[in-house]
Amino acid sequence: MSMPEQPAGPRYWVQHATHYTYQQLVSLSQQYLHVSPRDFDYQRTEAHRIIIDPPAEDGGIGADFFGNCTRYATITTPHQKLLVQAESTVVLSPRLTLAQIAGSAPWERVRDALVTPHGAAALDAIRYMSSSPHVRCSAELAAYARLDFGPGRPLLDAALAFTQRIFDDFEYDGSATDISTPLDEVLRLKRGVCQDFAQLMIGCMRSIGLPARYVSGYVLTHPPPGQPRMIGADASHAWVSVYCPQRGWVDFDPTNRSLVQSEHITLGWGRDFSDVTPLRGVVLGGGDHDLVVNVTVTPLDAATPA
Amino acid sequence: MSVNLLHRYRAAPGTFDELLDAKGQPRAHWKRLHQLLAAERTGTMRERKESVQREVRENGIAYNVYADAKGVQRPWDLNALPLILAQDDWANIEAAVIQRASLFNKVLLDVYGPQNLLRDGLLPPALIHGHAGFLRPCAGMRHPGNVALHFYAVDLARAADGRWWVVADRTQAPSGAGYALENRAIIGRAFPDLLREMKVRPLGEFFQTMRDSLAQWGHQCNGGEPLRESEAPLIVLLTPGRYNETYYEQAYLARYLGLPLVEGGDLTVRSGLVWLKTLSGLRRVHVIMRRVDDDFCDPLELRTDSALGVAGLTEAARRGNVLVANSLGSNLLESGALLGFLPGICENLLGEKLKMPSVATWWCGQPDALKKVIEKLDHLVIKPSFPQLRQFPVFGQDLEGKERESLIAAMRATPHHYVAQEMVRLSQAPVWHAGPPEGLSARSIGLRVFACATPDGYVVMPGGLTRVATGPDARIITMQQGGGSKDTWVRASVQPVAGRRGHLQAASTELVRDDTNLSSRMAENLLWFGRNAERCDNIARLLRVALNSVFEDAGPSERGPEWDSMMALCQWFALIPDQAELNAAPPEPAAEVEADEKPEPVLPSPTPSQSQLQSQSGAGTQTQSQTQSPIASQAVAAIAAAPAPAPAPSSAPEPAPEPVRPITDVRIEAALLNAVISPDVPGLAMQKQNLYNTASHLRERLSIDNWRALNRLMQRPACASALPSPAEAMTILDDTATALMTLAGFALDGMNRDRGWRFLSLGRRLERLQFQSLMLQEALSMDEEGSLDWMLELSDSIVTYRARYRAQPEWLQVLDLLVQDETNPRSVRFQLEGVLQGLDRIGVVDNHDGADTMRALTDELLALDPATHLVAHGAVLRSLLARIDAASKDLADRISLQFFSYTGKPAERRKAQRKS
Repeated sequence: MSMPEQPAGPRYWVQHATHYTYQQLVSLSQQYLHVSPRDFDYQRTEAHRIIIDPPAEDGGIGADFFGNCTRYATITTPHQKLLVQAESTVVLSPRLTLAQIAGSAPWERVRDALVTPHGAAALDAIRYMSSSPHVRCSAELAAYARLDFGPGRPLLDAALAFTQRIFDDFEYDGSATDISTPLDEVLRLKRGVCQDFAQLMIGCMRSIGLPARYVSGYVLTHPPPGQPRMIGADASHAWVSVYCPQRGWVDFDPTNRSLVQSEHITLGWGRDFSDVTPLRGVVLGGGDHDLVVNVTVTPLDAATPA
Repeated sequence: MSVNLLHRYRAAPGTFDELLDAKGQPRAHWKRLHQLLAAERTGTMRERKESVQREVRENGIAYNVYADAKGVQRPWDLNALPLILAQDDWANIEAAVIQRASLFNKVLLDVYGPQNLLRDGLLPPALIHGHAGFLRPCAGMRHPGNVALHFYAVDLARAADGRWWVVADRTQAPSGAGYALENRAIIGRAFPDLLREMKVRPLGEFFQTMRDSLAQWGHQCNGGEPLRESEAPLIVLLTPGRYNETYYEQAYLARYLGLPLVEGGDLTVRSGLVWLKTLSGLRRVHVIMRRVDDDFCDPLELRTDSALGVAGLTEAARRGNVLVANSLGSNLLESGALLGFLPGICENLLGEKLKMPSVATWWCGQPDALKKVIEKLDHLVIKPSFPQLRQFPVFGQDLEGKERESLIAAMRATPHHYVAQEMVRLSQAPVWHAGPPEGLSARSIGLRVFACATPDGYVVMPGGLTRVATGPDARIITMQQGGGSKDTWVRASVQPVAGRRGHLQAASTELVRDDTNLSSRMAENLLWFGRNAERCDNIARLLRVALNSVFEDAGPSERGPEWDSMMALCQWFALIPDQAELNAAPPEPAAEVEADEKPEPVLPSPTPSQSQLQSQSGAGTQTQSQTQSPIASQAVAAIAAAPAPAPAPSSAPEPAPEPVRPITDVRIEAALLNAVISPDVPGLAMQKQNLYNTASHLRERLSIDNWRALNRLMQRPACASALPSPAEAMTILDDTATALMTLAGFALDGMNRDRGWRFLSLGRRLERLQFQSLMLQEALSMDEEGSLDWMLELSDSIVTYRARYRAQPEWLQVLDLLVQDETNPRSVRFQLEGVLQGLDRIGVVDNHDGADTMRALTDELLALDPATHLVAHGAVLRSLLARIDAASKDLADRISLQFFSYTGKPAERRKAQRKS
């Protein structure tokens, strides 16, 4: 067994099951999936499979504009229930620690350098600077951002402080918003879920001229002491990645007011939710549908074979 | 006789005059036309203009106005005088347009590819990444022949110094080339000799080149089973549907190019390949010429809310399995924000100077540009950077006070959403002024020029679409806001080859004998076209018969028993109120009824098959309960609201006035007259509209002559008042019957007996079968003494009867003629046999339940004994007719299930069949 180049971080097994139940028969279903974890500096996939029931005809695997793993599935068997279940085993590598992100460049310098970008990293970063379908930049968002992005403050310092501010100002509330709630509404309501908080932080940063991307994935949850981990009790998660010319992309989780370390498993990233929607589909027939999503994140013993 | 045409012709100061030079003399390339007009007899030009207008009307050329929920069509405004361009002028335009198309193609390939332009600072990255039209799923797509921009159109304006400038580019799905082609067809007829004499270059070859090029690239779309060398790739034209503003043009082009006109729902993607759903199964599509906007093309990867697209199309295109022309994502280039960067990009990518400048344009996304724009706002037009923003251009000079401030504030808030453009003073060209006195006057014009890609580079259509300002605001010309057009003449140095003019050659060497690419939707529309035409005819005849007996009627005491049967039939078709309502007490005051009973407007539904199914339940397939429908009760309300006195001021001389006419008779007459003309109640006008709606789904399959007949049918009859007089009503009904006869003649004599025709014909037969069995059932329930003339009249069989029997109609003879006579095209037997034959030919197999029932019923009909069964009150015949009626409805449902609700098996490909 060969040793990984970096000291191996934790291993996880993730099961992500999506159950659709349709009121009427679906004769044709076409799905575009973003449920396969992507490999990058801090993550490597050891094993992955997707189970689709009824079975899919076309398994086109590819990569999207942002380099995320995609898959197409066409289901031609008439059905009233559809299951799409992704199972992945991933190994994480240690990310930058709080100490390591200290002393980054003032945020204004990062902003100004991107007006005329040089180099591949900068050209990549500007993909995440403009408004996008779910993130509309505005003066209100910029004003909110400036509460932490004060003159001359180091970029990553400000970003971390900003996650704390969102955590303090906003209340986690699964019923206040839905996927189409615009950002200014979220800002007004001061409520939402992880997706809202991530997109809010992204919108604030872009509104002051900084790139920020939306990361889709899962986070390890901790059962109450003494209780076993419940299968399917976890959920999809979303957080934010911030571009720092010196340290690369650094991830922050505004929902948990934290710098992302070793409990976040990444599926992919884009400008906002719409670029990395786990399941996007078009069905013929079906009528109304019910949707149940079960996610389970299980830490694996580093010694256990995959 | 020579007249001074120029006595009132003045081009506005500070503009370029297309017609006259600085000395006020016609320029060389206009001289011939000017001479011709000056030498013509007074009135010739007026006649020419009228004939142009008539052709536009009769061909039904129209432009839909999107904003109107009812889908109002505006007749195409075509100016009788062309715009003539000098040869050297054209040579410059042509070269510049070819350069620009090549440049844009390269920009497209780069922006969706390596993005070197962004890296090298030739395009601001924020412009691309912030562009709503930059479709990320289209990045990295490969294109056959490295062509992503297959068609290109550019709007040009000529400045005062005579130079042409680019105002805007059309790179997504340029419209207008089809209108230009149609303009030429019409103007060519108005000036037949002049075109030849002046060596005006024909347009047809351009379209042939376009189709051939697509076919050539289509051959390279080789996912799945490859095409044989000799086999033509399937090219389709994808339309957003009949409510789109340029639907007319799309249908015209599809017909001209011989391509199936399809909607998103006609196509499906399986295993990364695109298929057309046809009657014979799925057929592989190789090329999609699209008129659907980029982001609407694929609900799976692009706009999820699009109902116009094809799920999975992006992926199919990315795999190189289908050519989408223009490529998905090409809308990006329509942004005015790009214009300012083009000169630099041109030098970088092509190594040459940009031949034709764009009108000075600033993208406010750059801080310096924004500052400058705000300073000189008065001299600029402010436009949205991206078409997706859907804003109209604003003239800085029109804005004052608050408006001005709020625009500037908006520009500061989202500067990258705005571009500012200098205003061009458009050149002016002559239009005909009817006078008196007759002559020419000057109008602002803009020119749209078209190019298409070929494997050897771009070619430009020798001509274009000239647009003429008609509104008071001559600063902009948009078709959406009204505006006229002109044919555009470019002269050849040698006589154009006459033979190829306007004709397309087959792109394949294989013979095709059937319409294998007939989509299921189209077949359904054809069937309903047949049904609706027949239904129209039935209703016209029924109204005529009923009105005749109302006019001739001497009052209830003199009536024969046939009256009740006729009225029952009219009630069945909801042409008159039912008995209870006819006898109801005199109505409430009119005002109240009108206020409360306003019916819901019947809005067109965007999904054709749905809207059709709704509109089609108009008459034949419905039950008695129809008279309870809101539309019918509204009719009753309207009639009730017009109380006792004669229904309409009648111009025709009335017979000796009745002392007192019963209220029911007055109501019946008013209802019948209303049913002739009102599109809001069940009746002829409504049925005509249904027919027209169905036909408009078939635009590209019906010939121009067919359309002309249809448009004549649709022309609103001129009536002195809201209700037609009896004489007017009869004229309308007679004209309708004639026009429908013409349509039926086209179907009989002018259409190929392909599968499409079979469906049309089957629709007609089924409808007539239902009508005849219904009519005969009513007749059989009437008293023996009743007159039989009306049955013969409804069945268009009077002449035959008289020729055969020369006597008053008798039951046996009449029933024989209308039921069992195999030679009478209106007899029940004739329909039954026709239906059976039709079923056979559309491919209904034996043991088909519906066909078997029909066959059994036919046998039963043939077995009837005339002497016993063809008699008044004949119970056996009546029961048989009732069962035939039911069986034909059932059969219609079965056909729809079998052919129109799509199952999805791939079709077998034709075996290679070479030309001998």
